[in-house]
Amino acid sequence: MAVSYPVPTSPIFGRFTLDALPFHEPILVVTFLVVAVGGAAVLGALTYFRLWGYLWREWFTSVDHKKIGIMYMVLGIIMLLRGFADAIMMRIQQAWAFNGSDGYLPSHHYDQVFTAHGVIMIFFVAMPLVTGLMNYVVPLQIGARDVSFPFLNNFSFWMTTGGAILVMMSLFIGEFAKTGWLAYPPLSGVSYSPDPGVDYYIWALQVAGVGTTLSGINLICTIIKMRAPGMTMMKMPVFTWTSLCTNVLIVATFPVLTAVLTLLALDRYLGMNFFTSDFGGSPMLYVNLIWIWGHPEVYILILPAFGVFSEVAATFSGKRLFGYTSMVYATVVITILSYLVWLHHFFTMGSGASVNSFFGITTMIISIPTGAKIFNWLFTMYRGRIKFELPMMYTVAFMLVFVIGGMTGVMLAIPPADFVLHNSLFLVAHFHNVIIGGVVFGMFAGIAYWWPKAFGFRLEPFWGKMSFWFWVLGFFFAFMPLYVLGFMGVTRRMRVFDDPSWHIWFIIAAFGAFLILLGIVSFLVQIGVSILKREQLRDTTGDPWNGRTLEWATSSPPPDYNFAFTPVIHEIDAWWDMKRRGYKRPLGGYKPIHMPRSTGTGVILAGLSTAMGFALVWYIWWLAALCFVAILAVAIGHTFNYNRDYDIPADEVERTEEARTKLLTGQVTP
Amino acid sequence: MSRFRLIALLPIALLMGGCNFVVLDPSGDIAIQQRDIVILSVVLMLVIIIPVMALTVWFAWRYRSSNKEATYDPDWHHSTQLELVIWAAPLLIIICLGAVTWMSTHLLDPYRPLDRIAADTLVKPDAKPLEVQVVALDWKWLFIYPELGVASVNELAAPVDRPLSFRITSSAVMNAFYIPAMAGMIYAMPGMESRLHAVINNAGTYRGISANYSGAGFSGMHFKFHGMSDADFDKWVAGVKAGGGDLTRAVYLDLEKPSENVPITHYAQVDPVLFKAILNMCVEPGKMCMSEMMALDAKGGLGLGGVSNVMNIAYDKFNRRGGTTVLGGDQGFVIGLCSPEELVESGAKLSVVRTTPSTRLIGAGLPLPAFTPISSSATPFSAPFRPSNI
Repeated sequence: MAVSYPVPTSPIFGRFTLDALPFHEPILVVTFLVVAVGGAAVLGALTYFRLWGYLWREWFTSVDHKKIGIMYMVLGIIMLLRGFADAIMMRIQQAWAFNGSDGYLPSHHYDQVFTAHGVIMIFFVAMPLVTGLMNYVVPLQIGARDVSFPFLNNFSFWMTTGGAILVMMSLFIGEFAKTGWLAYPPLSGVSYSPDPGVDYYIWALQVAGVGTTLSGINLICTIIKMRAPGMTMMKMPVFTWTSLCTNVLIVATFPVLTAVLTLLALDRYLGMNFFTSDFGGSPMLYVNLIWIWGHPEVYILILPAFGVFSEVAATFSGKRLFGYTSMVYATVVITILSYLVWLHHFFTMGSGASVNSFFGITTMIISIPTGAKIFNWLFTMYRGRIKFELPMMYTVAFMLVFVIGGMTGVMLAIPPADFVLHNSLFLVAHFHNVIIGGVVFGMFAGIAYWWPKAFGFRLEPFWGKMSFWFWVLGFFFAFMPLYVLGFMGVTRRMRVFDDPSWHIWFIIAAFGAFLILLGIVSFLVQIGVSILKREQLRDTTGDPWNGRTLEWATSSPPPDYNFAFTPVIHEIDAWWDMKRRGYKRPLGGYKPIHMPRSTGTGVILAGLSTAMGFALVWYIWWLAALCFVAILAVAIGHTFNYNRDYDIPADEVERTEEARTKLLTGQVTP
Repeated sequence: MSRFRLIALLPIALLMGGCNFVVLDPSGDIAIQQRDIVILSVVLMLVIIIPVMALTVWFAWRYRSSNKEATYDPDWHHSTQLELVIWAAPLLIIICLGAVTWMSTHLLDPYRPLDRIAADTLVKPDAKPLEVQVVALDWKWLFIYPELGVASVNELAAPVDRPLSFRITSSAVMNAFYIPAMAGMIYAMPGMESRLHAVINNAGTYRGISANYSGAGFSGMHFKFHGMSDADFDKWVAGVKAGGGDLTRAVYLDLEKPSENVPITHYAQVDPVLFKAILNMCVEPGKMCMSEMMALDAKGGLGLGGVSNVMNIAYDKFNRRGGTTVLGGDQGFVIGLCSPEELVESGAKLSVVRTTPSTRLIGAGLPLPAFTPISSSATPFSAPFRPSNI
């Protein structure tokens, strides 16, 4: 790839030339062929079965929070496959490149792989899964019929997808950033990374960031304004509370990310020197700004997982959550403190001792409310009747794994200890420990827990348990060796190694990664088997787990309007309370229900934004300008669309509810 | 402990046996103290972690739904005493850890000159630390010994038990200077100087690395660090001097071009202002040093006239790994009014501001940190270019 700079740009194709296509990299060519064949098969099948119209009408343009939630989950799971492919490539490279071997990935490729792995796993796996769960569950938990801004919700989803598409395009058109997942300058500056990789990074995150910010605003509004009557803040389910705090964090931090990436883009495109070392710029400014977003980001991911564990622990222990009030306060304290710790990511950049101690101690203080939460789950199990269904298994595994991650996190929060552990594989082990043990286990628990609600049948338990054990064992095999290697002074992002005594640990870690692969495969098999066996796994009650919160009060899957009558809330655990008081489902007196109408504007706007991002990456100015004008025109045009809502007639509601009545009384099988 | 269990432990023992846990078994006093903090914090936290893990397993087993003997109390959800315990227990641990953090962070601040070279040995009052200037290049390490006038690439040597004072910077992108056996890491950043004070207590050859990813040649960016007796060190210096080679600025500009897996190179002579020129990003002839620019700016700058002082050509540094901006045009550089030598001459007359307390701290009774207003940077080379998070 000997390209001379500055690259000539043509007025039509910008700097894109056929050289940007990676014909010379066999791994990528094979990947492309597999993706192309698979993609063609999927598209062909969709066309053959005439599903395009159905998908467009019922899913892509839908503003139903439930369908959008499911689409987010699908996006997250698809991107998990890509992110994990990167992970296992790294593990193989690191287990291979010993004893003088150079491995199988040149640095040009390997450096993109570890960057893409981090970016994809955080932005396009964890974020969509978390947002998807919140989207699906929160309106149901608060007794609402949709989110506050249903169109915005659809638009947010497609912006996130647009970002993911840009990252995927970089695999086959050009290349991705070779900078690490946070793209520190000066390395990410144009002087040291002139290729389009960092530009893909910038525009993918900018496009997705718009979606995330807007969905944050949307869910805050929904939770604040659309709770069912009687549901005061301190009667909200804990998952809704953690979602509220997460979205507050999103709204407060994602603009910082947008700003810092804008500044980096100005440096790269216009030579503005915000983050260069020359001309008065400061790379450390970037590092501060990106971590002011980056640290709250980890709480954005973990708080909803904490919410899932709270719901699961209470439901499967058959018992009210211990210490609801302290749980809520712990969540709020974590939310606030997460803004006061960002500097612990770079104690080793030469801050003064007082500054380092301040940020070290604030970091440790976060472990107090987190510890309190762990105890609360613990005492929720105490004197319960614990049913070890899959979500509960993940919860117990989380409690055991997460405390280890918490401990290593506090170790890293002590600056003198961080000086020897920073940027080492110990650090890598730590954050995988909390993200896999916390976020990933939480998402799998949430998927298994709410799947029957979303589809009307349970997930098949055998393959679920296989997946669980592969994930848990795989985690220990993959990351405990990295803790060990950290103590041996091995640092991250290395491509080749010269000390043979490290070799065995990398082999064990690679073995662990293969166990996790089996875990992912088992999860996919579980979904497939469950769909095939859906009649045996069918749940007609809408409440398969003897649930406690409102989402279990309606049918599975819920009707478009969620609740025929808005419930009135008297207690924490509203549905549990209703059941205890001998709740009778109303069987008549239905009224028309006012609902938002589907629109394709979100898809169009996000498509144009993605195209604009692509144009900016390749310096195709005419296309960028055209897309920008088109975005404005479509957005303004959409404000003149007055056909935004409709009423579901009362007799249709009646038909739907009568069908459910028959189901509940066992008169028909669906 | 049955025989079988011993056999089961054998593979683990074998695995661990061949390994060098350098972070847990270091050879320098600073790293030893850092290791102690690691271990202390683990022990403190295990006080709470082990009971929590045990209780989790015990409760999960005891209250499983098939165990009908266990009490079932579906409405029990609050206990003020328990709440008090579950908030207070972590709080107490964190108070202890917080105190440890405050003290150890100040004691082990890499900017603070050493007071001791081992747990029971204080630094002699007249001992002068050996200064080493460290430059992270693409992708190798340059070490300059200003007092000895020699330099080496990818090899660092130091006498044991002598305090070492590192001044660290980078020519291009961020790296981190890390010798796990000696002391914790510190970033090397272009245009900024970071400091590290440390000591190596045992003779031997250790591994030094860049701990922060810096581009394609990063994996090969490691060096050998030799802890030597005074006599051996003198011999090493003599060898370097005998080997010849002169690290002039022209040679340096050639050296700083990207290269990978660079063999050890020695220089018998070094341009005395090279490090300061690197730090101020003005090794290239004619380019204005950052210190000069800051001094001018502090006095109000050159006004509109300053604009014409920008040479509008791209010089090598910007093209080192590739590109220029597409719409911003080529990056220019500002022409210097004085040469680096002149700046050093003028700067030498000015006193150096030290922001780190130089009083002896042995470990107990830390004084409160004094408030130091950010010193004026108007004096060329005088203010230490500490990274901006003071």
